[in-house]
Amino acid sequence: MPQANEGPPTPATENIVEARDITKFYGTDVHALEKINLGIPVGQMTTFLGPSGCGKTTLLKIIAGLLEPSAGEILIKGVPVSGPGPERAFVFQDFALLPWATVLRNVAFGLELRHEAKDEREKVARHYIAEVGLSGFEQKYPHELSGGMRQRVGLARALAVNAEVLLMDEPFSAVDEQNRRKFQEDLLHLLAVEKKTVIFVTHSIEEAVYLSDQIVLLSPRPGRIHSIIRPDISRDAGPDEIRRDKNYLDHVEEIWQDLRKYLE
Amino acid sequence: METTIGLSGAEKSAFSAFGLSNITVYRLLSILGLFALWQIGGLVPISVAFPTFSDTMVAMYEMTADGRMIRAYADTIKPLLIGVAISAGFGVTLGVTMGLNRRFQWFWEPIFVVLQAAPVAALIPLITYIYGIGLAAKVVAVIILALPIIVLNAYKAVRNASASLIQMCRSFQGTRLQQIWKVIIPNASPVIFAGLRLGVAAGFIGVILAELLITPTGIGDLITYHRSVAEYAEMYAAIFSVIAFSAITVGSLERAETRFFRPDKKVGR
Amino acid sequence: MILFGRQIPAVFSLLIWAGLWEVVGQLDLVFIFPPLSSVLVALVELAQRRDFHDAAIVSLKAFSIGMAFAITGGIFIGFLMGRVEMADKVLGMWVNIFASAPLSSLVPVLMLLFGLGQLTIIVTVILFSIWIVALDTYAGVRHISPSLEEMGRSFGASRWQLLYKVLFWAALPEILAGVRMGLIRAVKGIVIGQLLVSVVALGRMFQTYSRSFLMEEFWALTLILFVFALGFSALIGLLEHRVEYYAGSRI
Repeated sequence: MPQANEGPPTPATENIVEARDITKFYGTDVHALEKINLGIPVGQMTTFLGPSGCGKTTLLKIIAGLLEPSAGEILIKGVPVSGPGPERAFVFQDFALLPWATVLRNVAFGLELRHEAKDEREKVARHYIAEVGLSGFEQKYPHELSGGMRQRVGLARALAVNAEVLLMDEPFSAVDEQNRRKFQEDLLHLLAVEKKTVIFVTHSIEEAVYLSDQIVLLSPRPGRIHSIIRPDISRDAGPDEIRRDKNYLDHVEEIWQDLRKYLE
Repeated sequence: METTIGLSGAEKSAFSAFGLSNITVYRLLSILGLFALWQIGGLVPISVAFPTFSDTMVAMYEMTADGRMIRAYADTIKPLLIGVAISAGFGVTLGVTMGLNRRFQWFWEPIFVVLQAAPVAALIPLITYIYGIGLAAKVVAVIILALPIIVLNAYKAVRNASASLIQMCRSFQGTRLQQIWKVIIPNASPVIFAGLRLGVAAGFIGVILAELLITPTGIGDLITYHRSVAEYAEMYAAIFSVIAFSAITVGSLERAETRFFRPDKKVGR
Repeated sequence: MILFGRQIPAVFSLLIWAGLWEVVGQLDLVFIFPPLSSVLVALVELAQRRDFHDAAIVSLKAFSIGMAFAITGGIFIGFLMGRVEMADKVLGMWVNIFASAPLSSLVPVLMLLFGLGQLTIIVTVILFSIWIVALDTYAGVRHISPSLEEMGRSFGASRWQLLYKVLFWAALPEILAGVRMGLIRAVKGIVIGQLLVSVVALGRMFQTYSRSFLMEEFWALTLILFVFALGFSALIGLLEHRVEYYAGSRI
């Protein structure tokens, strides 16, 4: 049996984000989330995983401040928040790039909204464009880029505003499988450099186990925390080795068996 | 699209030697074909009121040479431009406000929907009672036909602005004003501009109607006058110029629209 | 808009405009706007008059015949444009030109060629509405998912079967939208036609009222026409609504 801790993580590291008693109703009959209590440890990658309709994107957007909870509160560094804030940055599933703006302007958009000087924000933008591997594409428009490239622009945009928490909503679901694996690897490299806290939503079990320090399994309607798993995988081996590592495979299998019953 | 029959893709042929694609050639041929039919039809004595194509072209040449045509268009274009400018200014502002504000929408949408669907041409004869038969009457005619289309297009464009992009702007803490100016308006621009194009077409219809019904000036007058003195070649020439003018103007606006607003949709016609 | 805690549909804002009309009329502010109430009274009287009935029936007959031709012709042209590429490029050019041109300038020609009677009105109706029916049908045909057609062919459908069992229905939402727009344009065409050819039917009534300053009667007639145009359009809208359920899920 793979090593896994069930239950909330031991507070050896502090929680940069805390969700307390988060409940969400859409209208009167759609009960999306029920009493979610969760801590997101700083500097780590937490993934929300679960079948469709379990409320993982809803929870992510509530943490981002894009949706209001029906009850409960979100604390960032101990302070309750409502609405978006400079310490959180969002990466969208459909990329949400301005189609009429160049890559450079898109990446700099968050800084543009903060009224930062043009030269300054373009400098920052260029740096992150290079970091995500899109150097040379600054003057291109989104419609000239592939899906994978567009998502990298979205990622660069989120990094450029220097937020402490990155929120990613199924960022690789619109990307083909081969590119997806590459992205996962690139993301890990990037995060090793950038040292952000990441909250990631996905429905892919492999992706969750490969990337995360902590996996929060949510059960469907109403969304509740089913369990929290800390995959015990050594990251010293190369990515291909990891995907064949016994612990990795066992985790994936265990989670799959767990989630299976929700499909029946 | 593979389900269409024809030369999808192989648009070059012998004509490409002249720098023309197949499409252009066929279009030109269809135009020439129409003229040929017209010529034949005019020669057949169906009606004395059906001049041949050649007679019409001769008349057109004469009318342009002696300046009648140019003066007439000057008379027609002035109220058209003024009317469209006013309609655009008010219309886009009102439409955008309607898209952003529910109260405005509630108050203005039904009346404009009615105005767009209803045959407001019936009201044109009434305009003279307030505005006489001068420039003002024609401008009003342009406005009552162009304004509803412009307003409704601007309104729909803003209402259907990409929710995803607006949410993205919110996620980076964009204020409402920033959302409106940096995201919603640029996102809505293509449809707003399409509305302006439709408004120009509608306004042109309005000014011609006004000239046919109430104010004997401009190109509409050329049509009615020459009909009244049975100079049919001249009358047809005037009508032909109206259709040609409309085709060229609206066509150019459409091309401008594609070039500036939809660089990703340049494929096709 | 919420009043007294209840959601009021936008249509009710028209009542406010109606009230405005009434006030302007009662205060005698603008000569051409009599009070709405007296217009409505005139409307009721008008609807019962013999000459109105005759004029309306003449116009309605011409309208129906014209629309029948315009709808069939428009759908045919639209399908042709959507399925044959050359038709798309060449016919399409003409359809677009005529769809946005001031067709009212052609009415004098029609008068000369077809006289001053019913035939001119029918041709006017066809002329005004056929282009938009064609354009919207074309859009509908272009939106048909290629896999739907491949599915039909894989199950052995002949070309005709494909057309009337699959393609027509797949394009139906847009076709109905085009018919609705065509109807509206046709009514405008009739009005314009009758304004210009003012010796016939409704056009004559319009001119009489307008010249004799019988504003109540003029507006009554106009309102009847407006209501007719909107009513018909709403009816087609209902039909559209019924096929809407599959419009959204066509990918």
